[in-house]
Amino acid sequence: MKKFFIIFLLNIFTINKAYALIEVDITRGNLDPLPVAVSPLHVDIKSENYKDLKIKELGSNISKIIENNFKATGLFNPLKKEAFVQKPDIAHLKPRFEDWRLIKAQALITGKLLIKDGKLKVEFRLWDLAAAKEMTALAFTTTPSNWRRVAHIISDKIYERLTGEEGYFDTRIIYVAENGPKNQRVKKLAIMDQDGANTKYLTLGNELVLTPRFNPTNQMVTYMSYFRNMPRVYLLDIETGTQEVVGNFPGMTFAPRFSPDGKKIVMSFAKDGNSDIYTMELETRIVERITDHSSIDTSPSFSPDGKFIAFNSDRSGLQQIYVMRSDGTGVKRVTFGKGIYGTPVWSPRGDLIAFTKMHKGKFYIGVMRTDGTGERLLTENYYQEAPSWSPNGRVLVFYRETKAGTKGEGFTAKLWSIDITGYNERQVLTKTDASDPSWSSLLSK
Amino acid sequence: MIRSLIYSLTFHSIMILLTILSLPFMLREPIDLPPIVSVELIQISDKTSIPYAPKARKIIEDNKKKEEERLVSEQAPPAAKAKEKPDRIPLPSEKKEEKKIVKKKQNPEEVKPEIRQASEFEKKEIIDTNQIAALIDKAKEEETVKQKKKDKITQSSKKNSFATSLTLSEEDALRAQIFGCWSVPLGLPYDEDLLVRIKLNLKKDGTIIRSEILDHQRMNRPGQKFYKVLAESALRAVRLCQPLKVPPTGYDKWKEIQLNFNPTEMLKG
Repeated sequence: MKKFFIIFLLNIFTINKAYALIEVDITRGNLDPLPVAVSPLHVDIKSENYKDLKIKELGSNISKIIENNFKATGLFNPLKKEAFVQKPDIAHLKPRFEDWRLIKAQALITGKLLIKDGKLKVEFRLWDLAAAKEMTALAFTTTPSNWRRVAHIISDKIYERLTGEEGYFDTRIIYVAENGPKNQRVKKLAIMDQDGANTKYLTLGNELVLTPRFNPTNQMVTYMSYFRNMPRVYLLDIETGTQEVVGNFPGMTFAPRFSPDGKKIVMSFAKDGNSDIYTMELETRIVERITDHSSIDTSPSFSPDGKFIAFNSDRSGLQQIYVMRSDGTGVKRVTFGKGIYGTPVWSPRGDLIAFTKMHKGKFYIGVMRTDGTGERLLTENYYQEAPSWSPNGRVLVFYRETKAGTKGEGFTAKLWSIDITGYNERQVLTKTDASDPSWSSLLSK
Repeated sequence: MIRSLIYSLTFHSIMILLTILSLPFMLREPIDLPPIVSVELIQISDKTSIPYAPKARKIIEDNKKKEEERLVSEQAPPAAKAKEKPDRIPLPSEKKEEKKIVKKKQNPEEVKPEIRQASEFEKKEIIDTNQIAALIDKAKEEETVKQKKKDKITQSSKKNSFATSLTLSEEDALRAQIFGCWSVPLGLPYDEDLLVRIKLNLKKDGTIIRSEILDHQRMNRPGQKFYKVLAESALRAVRLCQPLKVPPTGYDKWKEIQLNFNPTEMLKG
């Protein structure tokens, strides 16, 4: 009993000590991009020559791609290499942290590469300079011609480690490449890496191509083309180059898009003069009608869980965005703002819907929550539309046209990207004019 | 039955007695907190001026008002009289001018802006130097009254701020220092519960002996990548900031300190 009392008393008196710990709330910080140092990758002296690859420059070329990727995110600030004091090979073994801290870097990326027996081996390390420890380290082996992809994969791994969300660098963008005067545009299907490199044309430009869209699960693309003035929906396998016609659809057909599992496509077409939304099972080719309304329903887009579809409709007068269950029930209007809303695209994260808005002669790209609240207009311009999400749901790519003169002069169409904060707007460089972009999922997934 | 009842009563009364004795906060008067004032946080120097602290400001302003009233009603008229020269009869025109001067002196607006914003301690000096000889005795009396009042104020303000905590200026200085070092990971979602609590053991010069993330087990749980990123950024911030700006005294009070990093407000903005 005595013991019990003593313990009891001790417990009570120690309570006072617990109250003594001072707490300070830190609710603000520095919003500048994180300063990172990307040291050029060290090229192993045992490396052999490989075709026409400039091996000596490969290390710095890879680090340059990583740097450009990071700069484009707006979240990181790659520091200038002139300030680096340690050689790449020594830095990769064990960096002198104090030297790197001196140039205000908070993270350091080092690496080395070796080409032997026709294989490229790349390893990299990410260092936390404040804690003086390694955060992550990985090695890849691939064919040397894949060196650009290796740089993108390294960027993805580092991005994921530093931000907590998946990267989007090892991805591609498919778009419609445009050439010629405004009234006689030649439109080809083109694909490139997300940073604008490796452009390839997938069609010859004999037929008009429209609205290419990536399958979220693999490297398949669906797009529309007019064959003898009849709209056709195609499926194209990027890896093999094979393509097939999904079907001929009557009247005006619009914007086929994949379901999240890649097994269906959802689109709108006009049957009996009325445009509604339909889905098609790709395996069985069974077409199912989803909406049945006298208004014009177009631009359907699945939610990432496949349970809902967002689309636009003029059933309330002006064109607005609606959300319904994927079987067509429970239709609910979500936009009530002034102007016209269109091209809803559900974010791969599932939290936002991106859209195009037209109001008082201006076009806006914006995002809102899936119930229509929290609308934020990210960018305003003369003409811009067709937002497409990066696979991590952080960046949007869209196209923007400039005003043409009376004879069509001065007309351009370019791709732009903006992140969901609206602060980081950049032009995506393409070889020709470009429209209707669609972002792929991660290639290395 | 009766025996157990007695036991129960005895233990309960012991419990209540011990609780009252050992938990001092129960004895304290309930803290009368002033209404919440939203303030914009800015980069500040090591020491902030206490009169600007929201809690102190109200008390000081009240006190200032009272003093100003007293200045006008009691002190000012005799002060003006003292400046008159009794051996010279002023002309009517001069009289008017003098009246104006008197008015000016009486007017509390005349007090310079620095004086009005100065702390009460500085103010005391200013008032004292303006006192005229004829009123010294009276002033002395007032002084004692004022002093008593001030004592009360300092006591109450101490109660309002945290007795076991840093002063507002010390806390502000530390906070401002860490604001500068903390690179908030901008990609984090704003709708998740992301609060990182770090406990630091400090040396007297503010360098860190040991840093510990209080919910560190959460870092390695699956699906907690964002928390891990935030926790690492917070740790980087304190490491980059060291030596932390700690008060020169009261080491025992702050040798262990907890920092709560919460970026929600920033990410929403």
